[in-house]
Amino acid sequence: MSALSPFPDSERAPRLVSGLGTVGRFVLVTAMTFLGLLTITFFIGRIVPIDPVVAVVGDRASQEVYDATFRQMGLDKPLITQFALYVRDVLTGNFGMSLSTGRPVVEDLVRFFPATFEMATFGIVIGVVLGVPMGVIAAAKAGSWIDQLIRVLGLLGYAVPAFWMGLVGLAVFYAGLGWVAGPGRLDIFYDGLVPTVTGILTLDALLAGDMQIFLNALSHLILPSSILGFFSLAYIARMTRSFMLDQLDQEFVTTARVKGVSERAVIWKHAFYPIRVQLVTVIGLSYAVLLEGSVMIEIVFSWPGIGNYLTTALLTADMNAVLGATILIGTVFIVINRTSDVLYRILDPRSR
Amino acid sequence: MTPLKLWLTADAPTSRWQAQAAQAYAIWRSFARNPLAVLGALIVGTLIVVAIFAPVLAPYTPVGQNLSMRLMPPSAEHWLGTDELGRDILSRILYGARITLLIVVMVAVISAPIGLIIGAVAGYFGGWTDRVLMAITDVFLSLPKLIMALAFVAALGAGLQNAIIAIAITAWPAYARIARAETLTFRNSEFIAAVQLQGASHLRVIGVHVLPLCMSSTIIRVTLDMAGIILTAAGLGFLGLGAQPPLPEWGAMISRGRSFILDQWWVATMPGFAIIIVSLGFCFLGDGLRDVLDPRQRDGR
Repeated sequence: MSALSPFPDSERAPRLVSGLGTVGRFVLVTAMTFLGLLTITFFIGRIVPIDPVVAVVGDRASQEVYDATFRQMGLDKPLITQFALYVRDVLTGNFGMSLSTGRPVVEDLVRFFPATFEMATFGIVIGVVLGVPMGVIAAAKAGSWIDQLIRVLGLLGYAVPAFWMGLVGLAVFYAGLGWVAGPGRLDIFYDGLVPTVTGILTLDALLAGDMQIFLNALSHLILPSSILGFFSLAYIARMTRSFMLDQLDQEFVTTARVKGVSERAVIWKHAFYPIRVQLVTVIGLSYAVLLEGSVMIEIVFSWPGIGNYLTTALLTADMNAVLGATILIGTVFIVINRTSDVLYRILDPRSR
Repeated sequence: MTPLKLWLTADAPTSRWQAQAAQAYAIWRSFARNPLAVLGALIVGTLIVVAIFAPVLAPYTPVGQNLSMRLMPPSAEHWLGTDELGRDILSRILYGARITLLIVVMVAVISAPIGLIIGAVAGYFGGWTDRVLMAITDVFLSLPKLIMALAFVAALGAGLQNAIIAIAITAWPAYARIARAETLTFRNSEFIAAVQLQGASHLRVIGVHVLPLCMSSTIIRVTLDMAGIILTAAGLGFLGLGAQPPLPEWGAMISRGRSFILDQWWVATMPGFAIIIVSLGFCFLGDGLRDVLDPRQRDGR
């Protein structure tokens, strides 16, 4: 996954604003980044197509229709006014109509997002539950075969295409071994049996008290989530190992050992305790990247989430839907990024 | 010890040339001690050789169809089997190396200079120039790369060239950050002041004295990013937004094999192995280069 790099950012960017509190800066920087995102989507939507009016009405429209649409889209106004109108539209949830579904884009997004959220959240849980202990063990036994194994797993996380892993996973665990269910969120005969409350199918099934549907949804969910989890596991384990090694080098760890504290207590109490704040940032970052990575996985597993919606729109040149989905994923990405950053500042007294 | 080796490891080199040769020798020695780095260099070297000599190496043509031989499993005749049009998969993978190499080289050639210049200018001038340039860089850095690449391709239209442009647009901010950080470390050092006192223009100071010093960390970062670039390009190809058929792009080949994954597994699986091997090769090479060229930036030991 491309956004995860083995490099720590060696230098923080200069602060454009100073004198505000942590929360004030968080709000301002988040707003600025969001505005940057909207500038890019505005640019893509309005300027890149040679004639945005033709993109809407088609090239066989009469001159009157063309002119009316031209004015209706505000294209006779200066660019800066157009952008202001665009920002207002986005903030009020007006992303336009989707050409392929015929519904407002915002309705589609609300409908498709829970599926993505469910898969990604399940994935990050797997990544954290396995990745953190793996990183700790790798650091505690640095240089051993188990450390090497975890290192290789970590590198594979940077080298294996997610969609390929999904295909191979389906071939092996669904078609070959029959351990999990196939593509989609439910077997076809369970479809529509539980009322949609949250849109998170496993949760909805539990709310309806239907264990059979819950287990079926779970067996559909487990493979795509595990594959997503593998990619965040690779990153989380690698970072945990590096943080732990730094701690195990410290003098207080040596002191604890000299005092005769058991090795297990040294590792989990003395060394692991201080790094939990750094881990928050790492987990937040990998959750954001995982949401992005779910796009490719959703296609392979015919998972009815934002990724599938986005790519279907891409292939039918449904620009409103493409930009709406881009803004949604981008916004979630920015908010998670910034929140984990600000949490780090609040939780770690040294960074104040 | 041979005289050459003595000359290369001399404690007190007698000429600048000898000192440079000795340094290159020392770098080579520590690189060669790292087996993974050597493996990475071998893989990347093989990719380049295969890309150049694909017509000689490939047993069949990458586009020639042979419908009587469609979907044949791996055999002595077709080592990696054939696809749904009877094309030899091995030959298509070998030719596909050309497309992969083209993508990574073009993305590096477009995005690295943009990042380098923005970062060096920001670090060199400081003040408002720095703040504004880094704010823009930060905005790009905090956006999801794959999604942005998808949106750009959607706007520009599918195709190899547009895929390269879209990936390059999302790749430069990391290099700007690195170039700025490097520039800041020697921004106020005496050799920069000396050049300025001699009347060198800003353009000359940046171009001749600042940029070359940012090169090694940028090269390391570009090498490490290659795996991600290959995966993004393959993803675009898989979605049908990258190289168009009948070009043997690895991601697109996986996409074609998707319909046969349950019965003719080799069609989709084989190109995936090619992607994994090449990506791993760049990871190994980048890790090795980092240990050799820039011990400061080592993380995780």
